[in-house]
Amino acid sequence: MEEQAIDKSVLETGEMILNMGPQHPSTHGVLRLKIHTDGEIVSKIEPVIGYLHRCFEKHCEKLSYEQIVPFVDRCDYLASMHMDHAFSITVEKLLDIEIPERVEYIRVIIAELQRIASHLVALGTFGLDVGAITPFTWAIRDRERVLDLFEALCGARLLYNYIWPGGVSHDLPPKFVERTLEFLDYFDPQMDEFNNLLSNNKIFIERTADVGVLPAEVGINFGVTGPSLRGSGVNFDLRKNEPYSIYDKLDFDVPLGKGTMGTIGDTWDRYYVRVLEMRESGKIIRQACAQLPDGDVHEAIPKKIRPAVGEVYGRYESARGDVGFYIISNGKNIPLRVKMRSPAFSNLAVLSEIAEGWMISDVIAILGSLDIVLGEIDR
Amino acid sequence: MTSILDSLVKSFSSFNLDIAVILPVVTLIGGTVIFLIMAVNALVAVYFERKISAFMQDRLGPMEVGIFGFKGGKKFWGGIGQTLADAIKLLVKEDILPNNADKFLMILAPFIIFTGAFLTFIGVPFAQNIVISDFNIGIFYIFAMSSIGVIGVILAGWSSNNKWSLYGSMRAAAQIISYEIPIGLSLLLVVLVTGSLHLGDIVQWQADHRWFIFHSPFTFLAFFIFYISTIAETNRTPFDIPEAESELVAGWMTEYSGFRWALFFLSEYANMLIVSIVASIVFLGGWLSPLQIFNIFPDSWLILDGPAMGLFWILFKAVILIFIMMWIRWTFPRLRVDQLMYLCWKIFIPFALVNLLFVSLWELIF
Repeated sequence: MEEQAIDKSVLETGEMILNMGPQHPSTHGVLRLKIHTDGEIVSKIEPVIGYLHRCFEKHCEKLSYEQIVPFVDRCDYLASMHMDHAFSITVEKLLDIEIPERVEYIRVIIAELQRIASHLVALGTFGLDVGAITPFTWAIRDRERVLDLFEALCGARLLYNYIWPGGVSHDLPPKFVERTLEFLDYFDPQMDEFNNLLSNNKIFIERTADVGVLPAEVGINFGVTGPSLRGSGVNFDLRKNEPYSIYDKLDFDVPLGKGTMGTIGDTWDRYYVRVLEMRESGKIIRQACAQLPDGDVHEAIPKKIRPAVGEVYGRYESARGDVGFYIISNGKNIPLRVKMRSPAFSNLAVLSEIAEGWMISDVIAILGSLDIVLGEIDR
Repeated sequence: MTSILDSLVKSFSSFNLDIAVILPVVTLIGGTVIFLIMAVNALVAVYFERKISAFMQDRLGPMEVGIFGFKGGKKFWGGIGQTLADAIKLLVKEDILPNNADKFLMILAPFIIFTGAFLTFIGVPFAQNIVISDFNIGIFYIFAMSSIGVIGVILAGWSSNNKWSLYGSMRAAAQIISYEIPIGLSLLLVVLVTGSLHLGDIVQWQADHRWFIFHSPFTFLAFFIFYISTIAETNRTPFDIPEAESELVAGWMTEYSGFRWALFFLSEYANMLIVSIVASIVFLGGWLSPLQIFNIFPDSWLILDGPAMGLFWILFKAVILIFIMMWIRWTFPRLRVDQLMYLCWKIFIPFALVNLLFVSLWELIF
């Protein structure tokens, strides 16, 4: 018996289990992937998460609504403004309060700037994943300018705690609008250069076109949202479909994947949707800056947030997709339960569906194109 | 062509010493020279690579470390001592060997790779008479010796007992062995035309006729096949799949650190210099001055053509080729494994073979 077993282990070829992460250069944080490989071909992927779990939802049960805002910042640390905004509109829905026009406009400007910053990181790190290092530093250089704007706005560069239920923490600093427009004037030509360097590069297209195709149906079934879903040609954007804030007053398009370089929903499409979205964000910011009304940004901030008994679900289109906050209030200043729907979690779930059967290098590229943030997945 | 070893032996012979005493001494001197070339090359090339990549990426690169308090300029020469400091750091670093590694092979592997690069340098001429030892089969010798390194790569990957290393070494073995074929075919074409394996003869042929790259359209194509294949041979982006840091962490070098890792680095940059020098000798006229092509310069400028300038011209050409390699590295993404093999077996090798045929015909006709 034993002899046979030894023979088996010597003679049989088997699959090799590779443990990618949690300390791996391109798992975007502390994601661990158990990969079953046959040579270079990947036959099975098991994502293992939880290395960045910080008990966000449990903490919320002990904190007042105002104190939760800095915590939601830390969920999606690349798009903190979006998290603040998502949580604030949910609480406002629960409180049923009116928000001043100026606050809404400021929030939209900030949110779209944040979208540009977040997508820049996504595109840059995606470049790193396929082996191009220069696009990353170019993207980070431009993101730096957005962060400078945010620093002028609220003093912080990564975790802002800027958008509060009922308002924003500070009014816009002097010359903020001018600086923002200046940034956009600078940024548009930079994007063309970025496209020349990476998006239209022959090797890059070879690496990404037709790779890891996400069919629209599979995407919808897995609950994929955001740019990753729109890359598959599904026209679903909460800013259009369920407009919150003042998005219904603004004119912008929702870029969709068209299969320009290969199949609809391939890695290149998911990548390029983000490039186009940054242009749309620029368009939104220009309009919002032009229409920015005057007013007091603090007037609607409640002295004490003590919602009536009830529950509410708020949805928000963040840089990664559909963020949802489900809050149950029992009439105290502390929520009974806060549940967060993480878009990156659902986006990650589809990885094993679309990346199996591809090579190790492709798995890295597909993972990069889904643009996950582990802080948000683990919470 | 006289070589350095020959002239050393000749000058030592005048002391009436036994040849058994002279030979080890002469060999030792030659070896030290090669080692110094490799070390200086790595120091300079790493610094340039850092600065060039930094400027391409809107950074400044190393700016803090100077040599003896001399910090160089505000931009390009700032941080001039950085690679020296790094070299010292690598030499005094803790020596780490994984518990389950095959220790003998793991220690052996870097030396095999280093030996490959070291032995190749023996046959590489730096100018008319500046070559350690002058082989009449020089091109064949260089080609053969540069293939030794791959054994070290496979050993390094296997002995590390790490899955990433194993993947890296398997990729490297496949890649390096495959890309040797188009390189060999391109070099064969040169040998076919000149009728000699001797590098000096090849340059002499180019002096008599014209630079090889301009000899015929097919040799022009052959140069690019050769050049791109050598980028693959030296494992640089876009062909750096064996060490692909975003996929395989560091490929076959994952478990190495300190001095052994420094040897890998030394060999990598030495190989870059070797392939660039070989490319400039074989295709770009070696130590011939580019001014010879254009007969428009006044006679006083022809001093630049002299044999004394040979070293300058060959390094000038090699540095340009190395710069283009760095430029490519910091611009392009990385190919996938199968695309890399496709490029080699389905594009380069057929083209190189057809090229060989057409060059033969060209020689028959013209």
